[in-house]
Amino acid sequence: MSDEDEIILADLDDEELVQQMFDDLYDGLKEEIEEGVNILLSRKWIPYDVLTKALVGGMTIVGADFRDGILFVPEVLLAANAMKGGMAILKPLLAETGAPRVGKMVIGTVKGDIHDIGKNLVGMMMEGAGFEVVDLGINNSVEKYLEAMETEGPDILGMSALLTTTMPYMKVVIDTMIEQGIRDDYIVLVGGAPLNEEFGKAIGADAYCRDAAVAVETAKEWMARKHNNAKSA
Amino acid sequence: MANAFTDLLAQKGTLMADGATGTNLFNMGLMSGDAPEMWNTDEPKKIIALYKFAVDSGSDLFLTNSFGANASRLKLHGAEKRVHELSRVAAELGREVADRADRKVLVAGSVGPTGEIMEPVGPLTHALAVEMFHETADGLKAGGADIGWLETISAPEEYRAAAEGFALAGLDWCGTMSFDTAGRTMMGMTSEAMVEMVHGLDNAPMAYGANCGTGASDLLRTVLGFAAKNGQLPIIAKGNAGIPKYHEGHIHYDGTPELMGQYAVMARNCGASIIGGCCGTMPEHLVAMRAALDETPKGDAPTLEEIVEVLGPFSSASDGTDGEGPVRAPRRGRRR
Repeated sequence: MSDEDEIILADLDDEELVQQMFDDLYDGLKEEIEEGVNILLSRKWIPYDVLTKALVGGMTIVGADFRDGILFVPEVLLAANAMKGGMAILKPLLAETGAPRVGKMVIGTVKGDIHDIGKNLVGMMMEGAGFEVVDLGINNSVEKYLEAMETEGPDILGMSALLTTTMPYMKVVIDTMIEQGIRDDYIVLVGGAPLNEEFGKAIGADAYCRDAAVAVETAKEWMARKHNNAKSA
Repeated sequence: MANAFTDLLAQKGTLMADGATGTNLFNMGLMSGDAPEMWNTDEPKKIIALYKFAVDSGSDLFLTNSFGANASRLKLHGAEKRVHELSRVAAELGREVADRADRKVLVAGSVGPTGEIMEPVGPLTHALAVEMFHETADGLKAGGADIGWLETISAPEEYRAAAEGFALAGLDWCGTMSFDTAGRTMMGMTSEAMVEMVHGLDNAPMAYGANCGTGASDLLRTVLGFAAKNGQLPIIAKGNAGIPKYHEGHIHYDGTPELMGQYAVMARNCGASIIGGCCGTMPEHLVAMRAALDETPKGDAPTLEEIVEVLGPFSSASDGTDGEGPVRAPRRGRRR
């Protein structure tokens, strides 16, 4: 069989189909992903398994190659778009079946900063990993962050800054959370071009995330810790 | 095609560009979140002072305060109708400073990215991007800029759109991209690929190169990548003064004036002929760069090891031009 042979997704067994979906996500093929999701559902896969085993599994590969400098922003955006196609089918079904939530994140660029490409990428990759993301946009004051945490009840707060002059504002937000006694209710992740790990530690964030792929890995890691703590508590 | 830029470059061999705009403006009291371009009309004395920093520090050209003067960026401040005006005034103030200098100094009209992602992956169409660049370039030309200066671009599509915008405005231009992701631009373009793109443009720039990005080391690796392709056009190097560090509530860049002097000499040895700084580059850095360039004859290009020794490590092992970068794992399914 040559490479040019057309692939009939419905003819593949489950394992082959999932592998093919990994490739299709990687290549940003939205229609093929939607078809794959529908086939798995018709084979009585539960929606949560389609999400985690096929879609999130595929996006994990995309994320790793983005982190390693194999894929760049355009390819990741296409993959995230394909993922979104699949998610649109799954979302109502996940709600109906009461599937466990992977996690919820409130994310926004800090006050004074109007840059958002990096933040948008993190949002998309987080959605790609199955997280629910509430995007507050740019130029967010401490009040806006607090209000969103109150109303949305996220597990994670993500803050982004692209300017050396705005990154210290992250500390203002974290300090206010400490004052109000809510700091430990949330996982606080920070990122942005001029930041580094040292800075993240200095301002009291839980972690600095170098890029969107690292943000996803870090978020998963901290969610797992949170669940473990909840169990042992 | 001769113009003030190519004339001065031919005469001097190497041109020193300017340093940081943002870092200097913040030091003068600009509040983060405000559009720096508003100061062209609100605080013109401060903008003149900014330009004079560069002239007094020995720069042969300086960039105008118009980096974000495009419809997409100014819209965030409700000022999208002021693109032409703010660009024009940025250049007019520059003209005033340059014409009063005791030597030839060029006014380079800064043009930054739209901040939007272009089609097919993003929403910004080619036609709209061209229109935005055209509008800014028109304003800069009306204000008397000697040349347009595109900078900090990540997407090849956006670079091409700007080339068309400059062509429509009839303004000669230079254009640099920012290589900040594993030695490539955020959108994945390598230094090699940029050389090919630039030389293939209908309205090619007078010079091309790299600005901003990660550290000075990465920037020089990019310049070596340009030089290896033996393009016809002059190369621009505008690197950051080191890496930003957080220090007890303040940010400072860790590149000393002395290091930036060494960077400037190495940039020329790597093949750049227009050399300046970017974020964090203050007047004292420029003075050191000017002195180092004037006092040191051009030498051989440094090896990657020598760059690391002087300026510190690279942010990634490969920049995608050596065939040794990471590659995709074999396909799991079949190829479509």
